[in-house]
Amino acid sequence: MSLKLHDYVLSAECYAVRLMLSLCRLKYERVAVDAYPGNAEAPVLFDSDTDTELHDAGIILTYLAREYDIQWMPQEHGQAVARWLAFAATDLATLSAARRIATLGAPGDLAMAVKTGRAALRVLEDALTDQSLSGQDWLVWEKPSIADIAVFPAVALSHDSGVGHEDYPAINLWQRRVRKLRGFVGMPGVPDYF
Amino acid sequence: MTTEPAALNQWYTLGACKDFGQGASARRLLGENLSVTRQGERFIVSASGRFLPVKTDFGHLWTSLGTPARGLFDMPEVKEVDRRHIYCGAVTVRASGLRLVENFLDLAHFPYVHSDILGIEDKPEVAKYEVEQRREVDELWATKCEFFQPKAAAASAGGQISQYMYRVVTPFNVILYKTSPNAPNRWDVIALFVQPVEPDLSIAHPFMLMIDETSSDAELIGFQQMIFLQDKIVLENQRPRLLPLQPGRETPTRADLSSVLYRRWLKEKELTYGTEERSDRVA
Repeated sequence: MSLKLHDYVLSAECYAVRLMLSLCRLKYERVAVDAYPGNAEAPVLFDSDTDTELHDAGIILTYLAREYDIQWMPQEHGQAVARWLAFAATDLATLSAARRIATLGAPGDLAMAVKTGRAALRVLEDALTDQSLSGQDWLVWEKPSIADIAVFPAVALSHDSGVGHEDYPAINLWQRRVRKLRGFVGMPGVPDYF
Repeated sequence: MTTEPAALNQWYTLGACKDFGQGASARRLLGENLSVTRQGERFIVSASGRFLPVKTDFGHLWTSLGTPARGLFDMPEVKEVDRRHIYCGAVTVRASGLRLVENFLDLAHFPYVHSDILGIEDKPEVAKYEVEQRREVDELWATKCEFFQPKAAAASAGGQISQYMYRVVTPFNVILYKTSPNAPNRWDVIALFVQPVEPDLSIAHPFMLMIDETSSDAELIGFQQMIFLQDKIVLENQRPRLLPLQPGRETPTRADLSSVLYRRWLKEKELTYGTEERSDRVA
């Protein structure tokens, strides 16, 4: 197997892919690209075994689960997984944007991005609370799936844009569970220890 | 805006020249809004209608809100043709700029904050090093620093004992000289130019002059940004947020010798921007 990842170390989306690769115990070659201040696209995954090139974190996570470790992609919950991948790519993207503005001086309206980001965290908090009321620890069913992995990075990194987790107890508990997964790795802003 | 001469009469960077588009852009320095206008390779910086001095040394734009007693510090390595100039972008940190410089000087945090990169937890000892204030150039130097590092730079294949020299050239600008994995008898140069925006808000502009023919720019930038973001978490959680200069507020150890000298130097300069208010002095 030979996987290659175009990776930007500070990107939440790239982190989702690195985390997934680590949880699946997949070896890969990392190629650093400069997404900011440069404009390189990341993440991009190349799989020479299947001659595949994939863009977008959600698509890459789906591919890795389908191809290498299907337990992360529960078929009977496909719709719920797709909904959360879309949530990560749209609603949570504002948190990633807020982070780029706050930490790297990217152009944009920080206050607006933070406000939209907080609304997304509220949606997530409510969903996780609902799940826990029905006895489930994870976003779509009783086990972790790519939905959890796609959503985790932007949430865990929201501190970088000054958005704390004080108001989100269900998110805090869920984050702890993610951190305890075998093969969990951190990144700058997401310590390995907790 | 501050009225403190020790802070005003210094040169500060506003960022890499290449990051300024043509025309006008806004920046902030020491609590004052600045307007930067770029016309070709010419820069005009003004604050409240007043024109400020401008320099473009080391590929960076420099200005001052006061009247600096001296020109900009020297960095002769910038002229060495085989060095690569790596601009690492700007990282905003909600901490005093002086805290950033002090953290940059600190060896003891390597094994814990940059675990398995700039240090390992099994080898946390900071060997004795020497510090001196070079009065003729008004700079602080820490020399003969040594540290075991598993991955000292983007180009490192394995662990090495890295040698370091630190040079604090102004209160907000510091330069690190570090064993180059690619040229053992020369130094890689890593500069940290800090733009103090508010007393507790700063923009770090890391800039490197590297001897490295193999790593890509993206790898070098990514490596340095990763180190910076690891520091950012710690810096933003330090209390007090402003650098305390009052004796007894923070207790240094032998490993903190460079920071002891740094704080003493700041006191001597009577610099208070970004420092904690003292209660042991009568105004």
